[in-house]
Amino acid sequence: MRQTWVTPGGVHPPENKIQSLTQPIGSLPIPEKLVVPLGQHIGAPAIACVKHGDTVLKGQKIADPAGTVSAAIHAPTSGTVTAIESRPIAHSSGMEALCIEITSDGKDQWIEKSGISDFEHTSASALLSIITEAGIAGMGGAGFPTSVKLNPGFQRPIDTLIINATECEPYITADDSLIRERAEEIVEGIGILSHILGNPHNILIGIEDNKPEAIAALEPHTQDTGINVVSFPTKYPSGGEKQLIYILTGKELPSGSIPADIGMVCVNIGTTHAIKRAVVDGEPLISRVTTMTGEACEINRNYDVLIGTPVAHMLEHNKFDAQRCSRVIMGGPMMGFSLTSQQIPIVKTTNCILAPSVEEIPHNEPAQPCIRCGMCAEACPASLLPQQLLWYSQAKDHDRLESHNLFDCIECGACSYVCPSNIPLVQHYRSSKSDIKKAQEEKIKSDQARERFEFRQQRIELAEKEREAKRAARREAAKQAKAATGTDSMADIVAAAQARTAAKKASPEQELAKLERAVSSAEMRVQKAQDKLDTATADAETEDKINILSAALSGAQQKLEKARTRLAEHSK
Amino acid sequence: MAFKQVSSPHAHGAQNTAKVMQLVVWATIPGLIALTWHFGWGSLINVILACITAVASEALILKMRNRPLGFYLGDYSAVVTAVLLGLALPPLCPWWIVVVGTLFSVVLAKQLFGGLGYNPFNPAMVGYVVLLISFPVEMTTWVAPLALLPEGVAHPGFLESLKLVFFSGTPMDGVTGATPLDSFKHAAGLTVAQIYQGDSLFSQALFAGVGWEWVNLGFLAGGIVLLASRVFTWHGPVAMLLALALMSLIFWDSGSSQSPGSPLMHLFSGASMMGAFFILTDPVSSAVSNRGRLIYGALIGILTYIIRAWGNYPDAVAFAVLLANFTAPFIDNYTLPRTYGHTDRRKATERIDD
Ligand code: SF4
Ligand code: SF4
Repeated sequence: MRQTWVTPGGVHPPENKIQSLTQPIGSLPIPEKLVVPLGQHIGAPAIACVKHGDTVLKGQKIADPAGTVSAAIHAPTSGTVTAIESRPIAHSSGMEALCIEITSDGKDQWIEKSGISDFEHTSASALLSIITEAGIAGMGGAGFPTSVKLNPGFQRPIDTLIINATECEPYITADDSLIRERAEEIVEGIGILSHILGNPHNILIGIEDNKPEAIAALEPHTQDTGINVVSFPTKYPSGGEKQLIYILTGKELPSGSIPADIGMVCVNIGTTHAIKRAVVDGEPLISRVTTMTGEACEINRNYDVLIGTPVAHMLEHNKFDAQRCSRVIMGGPMMGFSLTSQQIPIVKTTNCILAPSVEEIPHNEPAQPCIRCGMCAEACPASLLPQQLLWYSQAKDHDRLESHNLFDCIECGACSYVCPSNIPLVQHYRSSKSDIKKAQEEKIKSDQARERFEFRQQRIELAEKEREAKRAARREAAKQAKAATGTDSMADIVAAAQARTAAKKASPEQELAKLERAVSSAEMRVQKAQDKLDTATADAETEDKINILSAALSGAQQKLEKARTRLAEHSK
Repeated sequence: MAFKQVSSPHAHGAQNTAKVMQLVVWATIPGLIALTWHFGWGSLINVILACITAVASEALILKMRNRPLGFYLGDYSAVVTAVLLGLALPPLCPWWIVVVGTLFSVVLAKQLFGGLGYNPFNPAMVGYVVLLISFPVEMTTWVAPLALLPEGVAHPGFLESLKLVFFSGTPMDGVTGATPLDSFKHAAGLTVAQIYQGDSLFSQALFAGVGWEWVNLGFLAGGIVLLASRVFTWHGPVAMLLALALMSLIFWDSGSSQSPGSPLMHLFSGASMMGAFFILTDPVSSAVSNRGRLIYGALIGILTYIIRAWGNYPDAVAFAVLLANFTAPFIDNYTLPRTYGHTDRRKATERIDD
């Protein structure tokens, strides 16, 4: 037995996993319409590469990844594209986003598949591009594009590959049943991952000890492969990436870094299965195993569901009783989010649809005041002080929230689960986190604005200083000149006058040009005066005005005369 | 109805505040039985009187503050405060002592600060200290333990006790006696051995003081139940008891006439066990983190001993707890746990930006 480590905190909610494990993985009839969201992963939503009215085959790419951190999307069945528009999607805030609707033709006809049988002889980069093209994103929860995860770069050599088969949330058995039935394919997928990552030293499958059948199913396939199946005591939330890393290796993922920074890559076990399908069978990610459970549905079991299947379709086939149901949850009872519409489709990250009865998960009790009992702190796997975070969330004290490490909260909900006062702690943390992020963004923006303003201010100041310096210099010069005239002897004054004349003499051409300019401008003025006088006479203006104008004309003529004389003198 | 937005987590554990508070009340029963057995009906009457006053006054205040009665009264916090105060008060003290003390606890120390969860001081101890300062005679007159009553004298019966509480007005004679801590206070010049020999309170005791050792054992038992049901963690109580034991060991002075008493006597006298498991564990007014509670508990242990040994009052848990309540926010600032993924513990007062 490999050593495992124990995380602090954690809770033991009733597991409720047996209900959905009584039958093997089933399949549903193909729904009439499938709604495939373009953003099912972390990163940029994919860009549709089909148009309204196009016919598509099952597995045909219908949207290209937009950049590196994105994932391709494929048609889950054959049919026609009947809409590309905003629809409600699976999101904790119940938002809408762009989706491609495909109306099934009922034939479920595949595109031509091309798998690789000997991946060992295929380069990592070729395999990575297959994974990218197949649209594979983490199927455990967040949906991070897998090819990005598997390409940590040379500066981050990977020595540990962790396969997350923890499935610590109550009710969910999707991974469990997948392992029981398809262990061989999973192990093959792990082989591909290992090959891509340059055969890391440690390959660990982390699994809670409440899945003995799954562990047994893995054993024959992992023997002599160097893959270690590590089981450890069941406790929620062991399946968080950070928690699992600690449980399996005793190392903590430093705050703010990713596993690759400490030489690890963590992949959900369902994802390894999808990778095998993509590489070996040439099938892109268009379906996944999802648990349908909860007392408000008569049938509880796992299904291989096409991505894009509306939840309504699943509920209907499992004899859903809306009257008995307290809420419909996508995901588990601890971290899943409630659905606001039954038209919301299953996506790549949907591991469970939980439709509990009111007795099972009652409506929320009103929150009582926090009595600071500390039960939440005892339950927190991150060793935070949830009661203090609550206090400062309510006070909107962002500094204190950050010094209490709010951003290390994984929103596992263990604290709310144990809180005797029914306080929705996680809800407070989420809104505080988004407040802080907003405030930070605003701060960056206002910092930039301030910088710009300060820069401009500086420039103005600088220019002003320069002008001031010039003025000062002129004043200084004038002072000196004045001082000079005040004390100088007659000889000096004569010398100065001589110098000025010398300066004039130094540029006779300039002097000439000046005089010529004076003559021509005087000529122009005479011309203008003459014109004005002419028009005035023609318009029969008053005598006074004509007199004034003729006076102006004679003045101009005199000035012209003077200018001409001076020019003549100079030319001599 | 089924499609609505609700924040995760959806599942909730079985615990609720009312249940926790009820458990605390139940856990005082061994202590109450010991008190009643050894000191008569007085404590029980105190508890009942305090409960009635507490619930009535809380209801009145809630009404004035326009809060839903059932929701807030249903948390049982007023009852817990009342029970603890009732247990702390001397048996057979006049009724108005109980009423005044409870009013101070519930109205002043709790509701005026904003109700449950917002009181910086332990409400029961606020009431107790106000009484102790205002009515020192009534508050320091204890009934003698059953075993030490003179031949032919017994504690008054229940109805008799009620009569005493409501109509006597003066502390009754004949059945009063010193507590072990009083004995040490007033036995200047005697060595511990002499005190133990000369005072039947000790000479007839098993190990700490007639009656008192049982009362303390009772509260210890109740405390262990609460500890086992995870109502609180061990940190506060254990730190307090260890600090108290350590202090009395350091100043034991081999039982000379200067000695303030043995560790065993201090641990099992006065309000030691009740303080450790029922008073300083009041979560609202204590430090929050486990490390913080270690410091908080130890501080109470040390202060209790200091006031007992060198202060003017024979027992000191109430003062020690209130003083420590003052320090709790400061302790909290410097005792944050180390969060996952961080190499250092942080301080709450750290400024983040710049
Ligand atoms: S568990 Fe609830 S009541 Fe207790 S300290 Fe935490 S938030 Fe407060
Ligand atoms: S939700 Fe956050 S604060 Fe609450 S237990 Fe989980 S990590 Fe701790």
